[in-house]
Amino acid sequence: MTSTRSATLFALALLAPALIYILIIVAYPLVDTIILSFTNASLRAEYDWVGWANYQRIFGAGNFTEVIIRTFIWTFFSVSMKMIIGMCGAVLLNAAIPGQTLFRILTMPPWVVPMAIGIFMWGWMYNGQFGMISGLLQNFGLTNGPIAFLAYGNTAFWATIVTDVWIGVPMVTIYFLAAMQSIPKDLYEAAWTDGAGRFYRFRRITLPMMLPAVITMSLLSLIATFNSFDIIWILTQGGPSGSTTTMIIDTYKTAMGSRKYGEGAARAVVISIFVTIFCLVYFRAVRKLQQGEAK
Amino acid sequence: MSDVARTTEIAAADSPASVKPKRRLFARTKPMIDRYKWYEVVGLYLGIAVFLFFVLAPFIEGFLVSLKPLAQLFSRPYNFIPKNGSFEAYFTMWQSVPALGMHIFNSFFISTIVTIIVVAIVVPASYAFARFNFAGAGLLLGGFLAVNMFSGAVLLIPLFRLMRTLGLLNTYWAMIVPGAAFLIPSSIWLLRTYMLRIPRELDEAAWVDGASRLYTLRRIILPLAMPGIVVVAIMTFIGAYAQQFIFALTFNSKTEFMPLPVGLFAFFGKQEVLWNELMAASFIGILPVMIVIVFLQRYLVAGLTAGAVKQ
Repeated sequence: MTSTRSATLFALALLAPALIYILIIVAYPLVDTIILSFTNASLRAEYDWVGWANYQRIFGAGNFTEVIIRTFIWTFFSVSMKMIIGMCGAVLLNAAIPGQTLFRILTMPPWVVPMAIGIFMWGWMYNGQFGMISGLLQNFGLTNGPIAFLAYGNTAFWATIVTDVWIGVPMVTIYFLAAMQSIPKDLYEAAWTDGAGRFYRFRRITLPMMLPAVITMSLLSLIATFNSFDIIWILTQGGPSGSTTTMIIDTYKTAMGSRKYGEGAARAVVISIFVTIFCLVYFRAVRKLQQGEAK
Repeated sequence: MSDVARTTEIAAADSPASVKPKRRLFARTKPMIDRYKWYEVVGLYLGIAVFLFFVLAPFIEGFLVSLKPLAQLFSRPYNFIPKNGSFEAYFTMWQSVPALGMHIFNSFFISTIVTIIVVAIVVPASYAFARFNFAGAGLLLGGFLAVNMFSGAVLLIPLFRLMRTLGLLNTYWAMIVPGAAFLIPSSIWLLRTYMLRIPRELDEAAWVDGASRLYTLRRIILPLAMPGIVVVAIMTFIGAYAQQFIFALTFNSKTEFMPLPVGLFAFFGKQEVLWNELMAASFIGILPVMIVIVFLQRYLVAGLTAGAVKQ
């Protein structure tokens, strides 16, 4: 096509709606968060510039570092469980056995169903007196009395992780399955001809070939898990006594609960810094992996 | 029409998940490599059973709970299978949650408007990214991807203030406008990948024949990209339907505008939760998505993996 200049103008015109929309709804709020984090904004209409006071306060209080550490532990266990269970699921769903398509369809519901509704169901399952998990454990004689999973800090922490894993596993599984199926079949056939067993083929062909997919998915999953809000808010609202308060929950409570917009914004900025670091790592990894592919 | 059907076939066949194992020359039986010993088959089915139980347990339990009368629900010892279960909760819930019908309508309404906005914005943008190599295109595309990484929860405070300034708080728009923003980037990636597969020669032929750029987009690209646009629309609708929570919780406090998840959350927070009715109402909300999965499974897999595998 001729005249690159008019082509560029045309392309920009096509892009304008998307660009303007994102600038107003995502980019401007991001900048506004940073500005607000240096003010004492609240419900009142006017507010003042307070410099680093918000940051000094949140880092000075001590429990903020605790929240950061808790968030990282929560995220770490959730992401690693998603990867392990997702890989197992992909291997199982990849097997050439009757019912394959049906099993793949049955994997998807937690992913596409309204998230909050899935979480309500977990809320009931965790109920100590009448819920399924406690009930079945008692029926099989594995515990003496009822366990109210969401009432104790320790169990609530793990319960929210399990629900987060449950929501994340279908996507990881389907993604790994797709990656597994794009591994050339002749590799397996060659190994098979040479007498390599099923497990050996998995360890020496599948796993190495899947490495790029695993790295990409771990990073994407890390970012999503780090930002996870709905699960904890519906199940525990950060409690009991702060044991499930992650950074997102903490920010939400400060901003929407106590209406301390300035301080909440400072907490949101800290989250954004972490997310930006993860993002940069992700982009770098994807670029490295693509270069590796091209060779 | 047949053209559309054929391109749809191609789109579906391109998705990795639908790639079938190559048939051998004498293929009546499975290739040797795919044959399992009996204990391997048993092991595989057992593994799948455990895996699917984890994935489906909340739905099974939720459905069984919706059938149990309250008295049995709050009795011990625990019974997995309901005794004399009934669908009563599915009728009584409309009285317990008077706005339930409204909530379901709101969920659909919000998702539909979000889908329309996203498709209208994404189609021209994807075309621009797929066809024009303008300066900074790669950077912009990366920028759109980065939007995906920031959840709405982080930006809640300024978004709240923005909605208040625009006077959108406690309206449908407070949930539609931010909801659509976070669905635009992945849709652009998805549709761009699809449009890149449409041969460039078609555009050039139209150009030689004197067609304007807009005409080319409207008469040549749009019809060919229709299957991809349909996938994007379905994905957007499901995404919008699945993620209605935080914006609806924070930016709207009017019962008549609440989508189903938030409407039920209010119900969930009460002292005495009517669990069987809550579960019944949840199932009504899940039903439409379940139907979509069953009928459009292969397009879903195509849509979900296209952007991810080959970026």
